[in-house]
Formats: sequence, structure tokens, C-alpha cells
Amino acid sequence: MEKVVIDAKGMHYTPLNKQVRQAVASGAKEIEINNVLGQRFIADGLRGDVKITINGIPGGDLCMFMNGPECTVYGNCEHAPGNTMDGGMIVVHGSAGDAVAHSMRGGKVYVRGNIGYRGGIHMKEYESKKPMLIIGGTSHAFLGEYMAGGLIMVFCMAEEPFMQDRGIGSGIHGGEIVIRGEVADRLLGVGAKKVEFTETDLKRLSPVIEDFCSRFNIDPAPLMNTNYTRIVPSSSRPFAGKYTWE
Amino acid sequence: MCGIIGVIDRARSGMDGSGIKKALSLMNERGSGEGAGYVAYGIYPDFPDCYALHVFYDNLVEPKKKVDDLLEKWGRIVHQEEIPTYEQPGLKKQHIPWRYFYKPHKDLKVGSSSPEDDLVKTLVMDINSRIEGALVFSSGINMGVFKAAGWPEDVADFYRIQDYKGYIWLAHNRYPTNTPGWWGGAHPFNLLDWSVVHNGEITSYGTNKQYVESNGYKCTMFTDTEVVAYLFDILGRRHGLASDMVVKALAPPFWDEIDEMPERERKINHAMRLTYRSAQMNGPFAIVVATSQGIVGFTDRIKLRPMVVGENGDKLYISSEEAAIRIMDPNVQNIRMPRAGEPVIGRVIV
Amino acid sequence: MTLGSVPMRYKVSIDRDQCMQCMRCVDNCSYGVYRVDGDKILVDSRKCTACHRCISMCPRDAISLQERPVDYRSHPVWTAQVREDVINQARTGKIILAGMGNALDYPIIFDRLVLDACQVTNPSIDPLREPMELRTYLGKKPSRLEFKKNDQGDVELATELAPNLKLETPIMIGHMSYGAISLNAQLSMAKAVAEMGTFMGTGEGGLHNALHPYQDHTIVQVASGRFGVDIDYLERGAAIEIKIGQGAKPGIGGHLPGEKVCVDVSCTRMIPLGSDAISPAPHHDIYSIEDLAQLVRSLKEATEWKKPVFVKIAAVHNVAAIAAGIARSSADAVVIDGFRGGTGAAPKVFRDNVGIPIEAAIAAVDQKLNDQGVRNEVSIIASGGIRNSADLAKSIALGADAVYIGTASLIALGCRVCGNCYRNLCPWGIATQRQDLVDRLDPEIGAQNVANLIHAWTLELSELMGAAGLNSIESLRGNRERLRGYMLDEGMLKVLKVNPVGA
Repeated sequence: MEKVVIDAKGMHYTPLNKQVRQAVASGAKEIEINNVLGQRFIADGLRGDVKITINGIPGGDLCMFMNGPECTVYGNCEHAPGNTMDGGMIVVHGSAGDAVAHSMRGGKVYVRGNIGYRGGIHMKEYESKKPMLIIGGTSHAFLGEYMAGGLIMVFCMAEEPFMQDRGIGSGIHGGEIVIRGEVADRLLGVGAKKVEFTETDLKRLSPVIEDFCSRFNIDPAPLMNTNYTRIVPSSSRPFAGKYTWE
Repeated sequence: MCGIIGVIDRARSGMDGSGIKKALSLMNERGSGEGAGYVAYGIYPDFPDCYALHVFYDNLVEPKKKVDDLLEKWGRIVHQEEIPTYEQPGLKKQHIPWRYFYKPHKDLKVGSSSPEDDLVKTLVMDINSRIEGALVFSSGINMGVFKAAGWPEDVADFYRIQDYKGYIWLAHNRYPTNTPGWWGGAHPFNLLDWSVVHNGEITSYGTNKQYVESNGYKCTMFTDTEVVAYLFDILGRRHGLASDMVVKALAPPFWDEIDEMPERERKINHAMRLTYRSAQMNGPFAIVVATSQGIVGFTDRIKLRPMVVGENGDKLYISSEEAAIRIMDPNVQNIRMPRAGEPVIGRVIV
Repeated sequence: MTLGSVPMRYKVSIDRDQCMQCMRCVDNCSYGVYRVDGDKILVDSRKCTACHRCISMCPRDAISLQERPVDYRSHPVWTAQVREDVINQARTGKIILAGMGNALDYPIIFDRLVLDACQVTNPSIDPLREPMELRTYLGKKPSRLEFKKNDQGDVELATELAPNLKLETPIMIGHMSYGAISLNAQLSMAKAVAEMGTFMGTGEGGLHNALHPYQDHTIVQVASGRFGVDIDYLERGAAIEIKIGQGAKPGIGGHLPGEKVCVDVSCTRMIPLGSDAISPAPHHDIYSIEDLAQLVRSLKEATEWKKPVFVKIAAVHNVAAIAAGIARSSADAVVIDGFRGGTGAAPKVFRDNVGIPIEAAIAAVDQKLNDQGVRNEVSIIASGGIRNSADLAKSIALGADAVYIGTASLIALGCRVCGNCYRNLCPWGIATQRQDLVDRLDPEIGAQNVANLIHAWTLELSELMGAAGLNSIESLRGNRERLRGYMLDEGMLKVLKVNPVGA
């Protein structure tokens, strides 16, 4: 089936999503949405095997609850792309706002630029479902807060060459955060600890690095070394010691 | 609550209100159609040194007589008229918006370094708390607020804001929980040269209210945002703090950050937190404040509300959503999201 | 050891003349109070929680239990509880957790409200012989209708109604998650609500496969942890409920300890085995009222606007204004949970001190929505301390459309409100995941008990309405004329918009 092209200029998100669903139902494998400007919830709850291209600036909660499709954005994203996403992929050729990949439980979110506050907050994994949030640039504070599983990688290929924001992995009790370069101790949140990034880790994560680079036509060579900081939970029960019973 | 946008042309070129109307309408998901408003600076070139008092009257009989008498007692009404309005299918006139161009007699106020401002401030507080059926919602020089209970596009068309040219515009799309349908509850809030639009809720409102009231202000708008205008008036005008220092007082660094600062900076921040502890604002907020000299935008200390900044030549944009900036100016550059508590300042350069 | 031990809370004794050494107490006590030594049953009273499992199983009524057998010096301020909390915290330096709802001695407003009945001027109705309608629809109602004529000239409805839940009785079972309670407890409730034509909440623990046959009677919850939430789950529920807060602990998150995350819980919540399930205090995609509207609409958009979406908040000071904001968010119902709401575990300082009673919250919310002309935009569901059909009738008269019950339904399954839910040792098989304990609760019998309770309250509600001369629930809702306040102060009467007795 041919590619379905939708002009979203001035369109509300409900009819837009209806058109997307219809296209998927009728077997479209490729959908291109043009002139997107601020429409929220694109591909919300969408299932299926389809590639969606978005040209413009999608509004908040892009691909929320989505399971399956692959969505590429040529532009920036607003608040929480990949919110509670289940499977599939978002590739952002730009930057994104706060709470990227909020409560994401599966699939991948790649952001070429920077992300705002609380990226990957409460991401969680279960059995084979392991969500990934990979960031080309840098992130603001509280990255991976409450993180319960999955992988966050930050390459710091931006005007700020290293992480500067506090609260990394605050309350983390599962999963790992991998940040290129040194991370100052004072930036770690409650319950997070730094461990060495080893050759084994590099080997394990090389496919991720390579895949990310290939999506954005970046040379992976400068990233293929052990110059990373790995941040993991200091306990899977971060707040267990806080309480006493009546 | 809500969506906000602000723009300044730092070279003071006038922009009509059509662009900001489109931008605000694009964020209608953030509002509920029960409040919207705009403020623009530089719109009254014919009265460049008069205080422009915008008043909502419930009728033109009793309250207006009282306001006229009060104003004439303390100054001179240079000109007055009804603000031209055009009823929309979704927005009918609930008050009569009126404007005065006013010069206070400054020699009537003693013991003040800015007697005219203080006089006007006192008049505004008096009218709003004592004269039933009258509400001053704008009181600066060569600027004006236009607001009502309705959707952004209806409010814009009601006042025909495209007929005004300003070098600074702020706008606000309201999602009320309290006082829906009350025109006075819409943003922007203004006092003298200060105008404020706010997204969020100030959980420290009770503390801040005590502080501004102890400094001679009266909270009459039933909403938390009002205190921001008064806080800026106290700290910015009366205490003479620069905008970035006011922001530092309202959204200060954390103690553990202050503890790590170099000595000089640490001393300043330490003193600021002690002195202005009751001015500190808590809770989620993204705020843009304007004066005739520029705009400043900032968020709360842990960044609970969105704020996006963009630039294009002399123009600086601050908004809740990038899409709103882009619909105003598709060629906007340098889109970025400032850090929590980091002031974004646009000053006029001529 | 400078502090020593505090006196035992309960004293258990066995009447040795009555006891026939059947050992049922030993077998049934999961807390380890009883132990056999030779031919004697030994008792360790310190382990007792007053769950009454042994007492209920003893065939000879041989067991007796005394609360606080050791007196402190009596003092109205420094009560035994206050003193023991101080000692506990001096020992540990920690936050005190406690089970079940608010345990402070606040006056109960329900008990200061009396219902009305007809005499002379209008007849009361006998619900057994005359029609009595309790059917309740939850969801958005239009404020007015538009009609059009079709080609044949017949009048047709032009207004499209939003999806509503249809309840045969205005009693639903509130959200108690799988994980906090056992699968058999959830199953009992699911069978009961299906039989009674009403609904139950899933809580935030996802929907276990065993509950799929009853999914048309479940309201699936989306809480801040998003446990078990995917598009499949959202589509299964009859409605979706966003949990913002809970009356027992407004403003803070939840925490299911790793011990309670067994294989089945792990799979239903979609988290690893034995890992803590931490629900953050806020939804981190909701920091403001317009963000709530965004989550409501994202859920509707994901389910193609076919499901009602409810929003549950704890009753806090500003509950009326918050509900007014929710009414504007596309949500279909607002659930208000009063400060007497139950919980598996909550910090005691929150449980006992934060929030407001449900009675005042219902009245304030109903009034505010009416004042703002948006009452038809949302239904009001009340919960948190609804103990009997009188509380139910009074809630509806104050303005609620329906209620959620929680603790009452647990008591119908055997719970004795001992408040040790967090220990995973519930001997009634309710608040535990230990299989041998869960097996004690037979879902068929449990379902019958819960259905009986709902049935009995429904009958009583019909009687109360009939006595008041009302034959449809719509006429009771918000009918404060049929309530009077007895020994309530003027400020409270004003909030409730109820006259005092005699007026």
C-alpha cells in the first residue's frame, strides 16, 4: 500500500488521530503527517506495524500508550513524548520538553538534542520489556527519578559537554543510567550510586550506541570507549528504612 | 492553571495584537474558555506620560461618580472614555470597560521617593477594596490590560487588540478553578508598570499575602497571581532590586547549592534568603512579568511548569509551548528551555 | 535498653475448662500467638493483633481478649497512644506507619444528621409493593437537549449523549489493588458486583486474568505509578479512573513492599518479582489543572472517546474548587475520598491529621458545581467512611450520585479492622499474598457475603426513600431539605447547607 500523507495544518488532534487509525486499519505501512503544530496525543494508544513521519512540532504526550509503531519527528517535541509507552519507537530529530518517556514500560525513545526535566521518570521493565531512552545532547535535572527499570543513556554531544543538573536517579530502584564523561557526586540523587563503566558494559551497549548513531548519521567512533559514568540503584528498596510500624 | 506567552521587541518596534491572539488560541487546550487577557506596552502614544487607568464598571452611575470624585481629589483626569468593545457571539459585555488618562498631583504625597506611583497605587487599592462596582485592572503609563471571561480569540476580538500597537505583549489563557466567569480573575494582573501572567499555583500564597499586606497592599482579586505583581512592586520598585535579583528572591537557590557557592556569592544569596523568606514563592509556576523596560520570565525552583524561549532578531519570546511561538513567528531561532529559577530577561535597548 | 518495653496491647487468655485442645487457634493464627508445648497451648499475647480469627474459629468460645490490660496513669493529653508513639520514635527515628483509616476521635458528621419521613401531608411509599427506582447513571449529562425532525417528520434526538455507567444500585466497591489485597478477595468482589449490577475498582495494581470475565463491571485505575497500565488494560475496563489522591493519605504516594510482590502480582503490575512498587506522590505528568485535562483527554483519545473517565481526589481544604477544575477537564465523574478512607498502610501523621471529612466535602463540591452551573458535567462519587445505608442515604442527600465502599466490603469478607494489612499475614486471606492464607477465602462464599451486604443496604435505602415519599434516587440526590443537623454548629450547617432540627 502507498504511503498515506496527511496535512495537519489547523487540524484538531481527534480527527487527526482518526485518520491515522483509519490508515493503519486499512493496511498502511507508512504515514507522513505534515504541518504539525502543537497537536497533542498523536498516535495515542496506537497499535500496529507502521512507520509514521511527523514534520513539525507535535504537542504533548506524543505516542502515549503506543504499542508497536515507529514514529520519527523532524522538529522538537513538547511535554512527555513516549508517556506510558508500551512498545515501538520514537526518533526525535530535535529536542524535547520535560518528563520525556514518563512511566515508559517498553520500546525506545531517541532524542538527538536535549531533554528537559525528569526525563525517564519512573521508567520500568518487566521480563523482556526493557524501555530505552537515549539522548544525544544533555538533560536537565531529576533524570531517571523513581526509575524502576530500563536504560537511559546521555551522550552529552551538545553545547554543554557534560551533565550539570542535579538529582540524577533520585529514588532509582531499578535499571541503569549511563552518562558520557564524569558525573560529579553532588549531582546524584537519593538512592543512586556510581559504578565503573567497564569494557563488558561497552560491549553490551555497543549495539545501542551504533543504532542511535545510524538513525542520526553520527559517527559512532568517538562514543565507542569506556568514558562513561554508570549510575545504578544503591538498593532495590530505596525507602525501606524510612518507616516504623505503629 | 493555564497557558502563557510573552514577546518583546527590544528595539521598541510596535507589533499589533493579531500575532499574539493566534498564539494564545493555539494553546486553547490549556484553557477552558472562561478567561483570557492581554497586556501591551507603548499603546497610548497620544498620552505618553499619563497613567492609563483601565476600570471595569458594573454601571456608570454610582461607582463611576465615586471614582471620578476620588481621582479628581488627588489629581487631574486628562481624558476619559469607554474602551471600545465589540460584542462577540461567545462574549457579551458583563462590565463596562472604561479608561482614564490621569496625572496625580505629586505634591499631595509626602515622604515618598516616587510620589506619583505611590499615589496611584493607593488609589487603586482604595477603589478596589472600597468602591463596589468598580475594579481598576490596569494602572501603568502608556500601557494597558485587556481581559474578560471567554476564549482568547473572543477576548481579542472583543477589544480588537489588533488595533493596538505595542512593543511588549503578554497574554494568558485561563483554566479557572475558583471564580470562573469573573472578569477580574483573568490575567494579566497589573499594578502600575508591572504586569504578570502566571501558569501554575502558588502554594505559599498565604505567606506571601501576609508579606505584601504588611507592606500596605490589599489583595482583592481572589487569586494567588495578584501577589506576584505586588512582590515585584515592593522588591523591584521600592527596594530597587534588579529583575534578576527579584527572581532570586522569589525563586532562590537551594541551601545546599548556596553552601557550595564562592564566598561573595554565598553571602549575597544567604542574605537574600534570610531577608526575603516571606517573599519566596513555592509551588508550581511559570511566570512572565513585564514593565515598560522589558520582560522577565522564570519558573519555580524544581521546574514544575513548562517554559520555552525563542528569539528572532530584536524579538524575544517566552511561552508555555513552542508551537505558540512558531505560529506567531515561523522563523524563530534559538528555541530553548531555561533551567528552573533561571531568569530570562529581555530589556529594551533604545 | 533504657526505654524498656511498653505494656502489651492485647491480652489473650484461654479458658482451660472450656478448651478441648482442637488446635484450631494454633492453626489459624498467622501471627504466631499460639504455640503447642507438650499437651499445652501456650499464648504469646504480644503477638496478638485482635484480628479475631482464633475467636471466630474456636468451637467452645474458650478464648477471650482484653484490650490494654495494663493501665497507664490516665491523662487526657498524654494518652497511652501518644506516649507509645513517642517511645517508638525515640527508639527508631522513623516515620510511623499504620493500617486502616483515621483513628482519631473526630466527631462523625453523619451521626449528627438525621433523615426525614412523611407524615400526613404526603404519603410514604412502600418499596416492596410500589415501584422504587435506584438505577443510577454515572457520567456526563447534557445541560439541555436539541431535537430535529427526520425526513418522515418524526422528532429525533439531535444531542449525542456521552457514555455513562449504568448502576442498579448507587453502591460500588472502591479501588483496592491486587497486591494490597488478595486475588480471592478481588474475585469475591468482582462476582458480587456483577451479580448486583454495579461496579468495582481495580486499584492501581492492574487487572489479573482471572478478573477478565468480570471486566464489564470493573473500573480500571490509572495511578501515578502506572502499574499494569497499557492500552489493553484501558480497553478492558468499563470506565477508567485517574487516581490523584486518597483520603487516608492525601498528598503522598503509595508503596507496595517487595515482600508482597509475588509472581502473580509481579505479572499483573508488570514489574519484577520482589521489587518495591513505588507510586510517586503526584502523577509526574500532572503538575497543574490543565495537565489533568491533558491526561483525561489522552486516556479518552487512546480509547477513542468510548469510556467514561473518572478522577479521584482526596478531600482536602480546597476540594470544591479542585472539583470545579476537574469538571472542566472532559472528566465524567469526580470521586471524593474523605479523610476516614481506609488504606493498607499510611503514615500515621497523615492518616490522622490531613484532609477533611467526606460529609463536608460532598456538600461543598455539589454546591460549588451548582453555583458554577457545571453540575451536569460530572457525577460525584463519595467514599471514605461510608459504614451503612444511613451514611449512603445521607451522602446522596448531600449531593453524591453514588458511593464507593471499601472497609465495609472487607468486613463482609471477614476483616475485623485489626489494621495489620501491611504485614502480609492477614489470617482472613484478604490483605495477604501468602497462598495458604489466601486459600482460606473462598471466592464463591465471599461473593455471596459481599452481594448480601449490597443487597441489604439497597433494601434499606429503598425503605428510607419510601418513608420520605421518594420513589426515584434522582429525587434524593442533593435534596438537603430532607436532612436536618442535630447539634452541629452554625458554620458546619452553612457548609452542609442544611437546617438544624426543628427549623
